Amino acid sequence: MTGPVWPRPGPTPPDPAMPPVPDPSRASRSSAKIVVAGGFGVGKTTFVGAVSEITPLRTEALMTEASTDVDDLGSTPDKETTTVAMDFGRVSLGDELILYLFGTPGQHRFWFMWDDLMRGAIGVVVLVDTRRLGDCFAAVDFVEDRGLNYIVAVNCFDGIARHGVQDVREALSIDPDVPVVLTDARQRESVKQTLIELVEHVLRQRRQPVGSPG
Amino acid sequence: MEELSNDATPIVRPYARTRGRTRSDYDLPIEALVTTADGAVGDDARMNPEHRPIADLCRQVQSVAEVAVRLALPLGVARVLLGDMARIGLVIVHATAGDATGQPPVALLEKVLSGLRQL
Ligand SMILES: Nc1nc2c(ncn2[C@@H]2O[C@H](COP(=O)(O)OP(=O)(O)OP(=O)(O)O)[C@@H](O)[C@H]2O)c(=O)[nH]1
Ligand SMILES: [Mg+2]
Repeated sequence: MTGPVWPRPGPTPPDPAMPPVPDPSRASRSSAKIVVAGGFGVGKTTFVGAVSEITPLRTEALMTEASTDVDDLGSTPDKETTTVAMDFGRVSLGDELILYLFGTPGQHRFWFMWDDLMRGAIGVVVLVDTRRLGDCFAAVDFVEDRGLNYIVAVNCFDGIARHGVQDVREALSIDPDVPVVLTDARQRESVKQTLIELVEHVLRQRRQPVGSPG
Repeated sequence: MEELSNDATPIVRPYARTRGRTRSDYDLPIEALVTTADGAVGDDARMNPEHRPIADLCRQVQSVAEVAVRLALPLGVARVLLGDMARIGLVIVHATAGDATGQPPVALLEKVLSGLRQL
């Protein structure tokens, strides 16, 4: 499988000449994305909103219940479709680059859509509320399973970290390389710092060849 | 029967707009930036009614996700329509971080990092 093909079945290989067509006059524009994951009510929307230049926008992602393999609803007209809300914010980094932040839908049964969301992402911030640590297990499972770059950010509700970073690290039993940081989802500076930690982490991973010791 | 609790969702079959398709030949990332191609706005021959509001909106650069929100389209519908429009040259798609390998290049990560530091 080399890429999305429609209609299916049918030999319609993706045409390498397809867009994106770089427009010479605007070729310098580009975008990137970071995904914010975590359990219900952990502060994802607050986190996105703290740094976004727009009020987080809510979009409906419509999908079939069954699977991602169903490309053509026309062939299965009775298939249930459902919507999930996902919100996103925007941060302009200079004139040429726009960073989008996407808050994932928390419901487990929608996580099959994450692969699509994660494609091309810089990495993932897994937000954690230490009062309900278990709520983030599924998000950590997901990013680890997919081998995504991520950091864990403990959202200090009311400015208090009820458990230390080390406790969280142990409870999640995550790789020692994965940063665990404290954040305050309501504070722009704090959110900014958390995003910086993520990108620095990803850069470290990328510069260190896979499989090399240390 | 599940409750239709979603305020903004009209009771129509959303993918009717795409003739039932949930994929386009070209799958755009949701963060991809799109701009209406020069000359596309008046080009009624190539444009169907679904395309027109998108072409109007994207005279200023928009992401796929923003098009969905601004035109109250489900994200998947916006992706299919924009993918079709890109294919026939009505919109121009700008580069995204994950283009070639799916992983953002180091140079772009560095740009993001310095951009964040300067915020
Ligand atoms: N005191 C305090 N409240 C917070 C903090 N972060 C979020 N909240 C509040 O917690 C509630 C949930 O925050 P949201 O940002 O909506 O959480 P979410 O993860 O987007 O929630 P869902 O999308 O429903 O899963 C809101 O009432 C926020 O105001 C924080 O750091 N401190
Ligand atoms: Mg939310």
